Amino acid sequence: MFTAMLGEAWHAMGANRLRTFLTMLGMVIGVGAVVLMMAVGQGAQYSVSQSINAMGSNLFIVLSGSQTAGGARTGGGNASTLNVKDADAITELDGVKGVAPLTMGNAQIVYGANNWSTSIIGTTPAYLEVRSWNLTDGYAFSDSDIRSATRVALIGKTVIQNIFGDVDPIGKTIRIKQNPFVVMGVLESKGQSLDGRDQDDTIIVPLTTAQRKLFGGQTPGSVRQVIVQADSDKMMPIVEDGLNSLLRQRHNMREGAESDFTVRNLTALANSAAETTRTMSMLLGAIASVSLLVGGIGIMNIMLVSVTERTREIGIRMAIGARERDILLQFLLEAIVISIVGCLIGLFIGVGGAVLVNVLTDAAVVISGQSVVLAFSVAATVGVFFGFYPARKAARLNPIEALRYQ
Amino acid sequence: MAKNVIFIKDLYKHYETAAGPFPVLKQVNLSIDSGDFVAIMGPSGSGKSTFMNILGCLDKPSNGEYTLDGHKVSQLDDAALAKVRNQTIGFVFQGFNLLARSSLLDNVALPLVYAGLDRAERHARAKILLEKVGLGKYLNSRPNQISGGQQQRVAIARALVNQPRLILADEPTGNLDSITSEEIMGLFEELNQDGITIVLVTHEPDIAEHARRQVRFLDGRIVEDSLSQNRKMIEETV
Repeated sequence: MFTAMLGEAWHAMGANRLRTFLTMLGMVIGVGAVVLMMAVGQGAQYSVSQSINAMGSNLFIVLSGSQTAGGARTGGGNASTLNVKDADAITELDGVKGVAPLTMGNAQIVYGANNWSTSIIGTTPAYLEVRSWNLTDGYAFSDSDIRSATRVALIGKTVIQNIFGDVDPIGKTIRIKQNPFVVMGVLESKGQSLDGRDQDDTIIVPLTTAQRKLFGGQTPGSVRQVIVQADSDKMMPIVEDGLNSLLRQRHNMREGAESDFTVRNLTALANSAAETTRTMSMLLGAIASVSLLVGGIGIMNIMLVSVTERTREIGIRMAIGARERDILLQFLLEAIVISIVGCLIGLFIGVGGAVLVNVLTDAAVVISGQSVVLAFSVAATVGVFFGFYPARKAARLNPIEALRYQ
Repeated sequence: MAKNVIFIKDLYKHYETAAGPFPVLKQVNLSIDSGDFVAIMGPSGSGKSTFMNILGCLDKPSNGEYTLDGHKVSQLDDAALAKVRNQTIGFVFQGFNLLARSSLLDNVALPLVYAGLDRAERHARAKILLEKVGLGKYLNSRPNQISGGQQQRVAIARALVNQPRLILADEPTGNLDSITSEEIMGLFEELNQDGITIVLVTHEPDIAEHARRQVRFLDGRIVEDSLSQNRKMIEETV
């Protein structure tokens, strides 16, 4: 019985191919748009969450304060108000998991005939832990390297490509500002940061080496930033308060005076970026859903015309024994079949479009099973919802009048 | 098995109009025996079409009693009425009323869809009936590819496919020429000889002569109920 009805629905669709195609088109565009928009939106969310994972979790960054030189204030991080002792003191705070003081700058590096300008970070071994940054080759430097200020370097992928090419960099000597450094390890690739910088275009050296050999001239022991990792998400506010009061006390700041340092919650910044992309992808999905709705109304429209056109047929079917529910089922199935076939074509176009976007713009796209299931269930729901009214209208026809209908 | 296929007592039917109820059938009494062949005659507006709709369970009487094959029709719900139309009655219409988009085989098999038979069974039975009405060669043709007389044969095959006890034919020859009409009436006579009760509406006396019994309507009442001339002769001879 059901398969016979399904056959009838298929038959009826084939009877007026152009009209069936145009009805389906609304569904095709709707589902295609939803799948494509969700793929792009989820792709953006995926990129952001990748960047957040690459950054490390529950992080604060403490920047040294601005300095005023001849009335002109330079940006934060230039004055030498933070030092290694501050970093050591922060380690003692409640809820702090890791602390990494940093000093950094740009320098020209040379290997053989090649040279490259890159950013140099001087820090302690704790830095790799708080940033959850692994090595793909070689070893990290240790606390003894910090104490004796050895000239060793960890090197990023972009730097390797530019000065080493295919040569294995481990154990090779590079020159940074004329000082020879031995490459100890290769940093895992982290890709772009949230603000679009290439995080692999970098070299990490021991903090003391950087302070003495590369970026001298600053107050001895001073650092530009301290990265602080909290134990957990819950400890973030406690650690933030602790940082502020500890550093103000250590720097002998009076009540009400402006701090000579800045504490930034990196995780909060990242979360707000993630929130923004999530909102954006929901918005895209919502706009695309409107076209699904329009497609559904198109189906209802055509089904109503179809019921009127086939009034006589409905009368004949009733006269030879069709019950109300048989007629209802027949027209409902027709609407559902149109919806689902349209949905399949739309799915195909949406996935194709997403792949095209990926190839043409290099933007990440994610086609999740979730969005496919969603599109499918919405299509079936639209079919039932917008097919029901016309189908009920057909089922409620008076057989005598329907038979007389010309 | 009930001797009466149809038993009608004090049947009234009126339509609601703006000017109040308009009576169409007034106190109709009729009993049709199993195996009978009845022609219903009368001018336009005499109520014969409404009467046929009530007989076919497509319409309900305003008042009175209609018993079909032992069941009181007024006590049946819509689904049960649909089942009666599917299994007890076969309809033949003036305009053939075939589905233009479907093959002859599918047209004939359609009532079996609503009877819940599977596809192979449906097609097997439809094929037998199309062969019986002489259209075995056109199983996959469309209704618009064959003549009017052939279309009416298809319609008769469709009416027969569920082995009904009763065939209701509403001016089945109204759209056909006289030679084809004779052929169709010959087919009805054969069916009647097989034991199927036939009720047919017509306003052509020649056609009505094929029936055994003629019932004449006028202004919503039965004014005449008699045997056909040639049947009288046959039965008198016997």
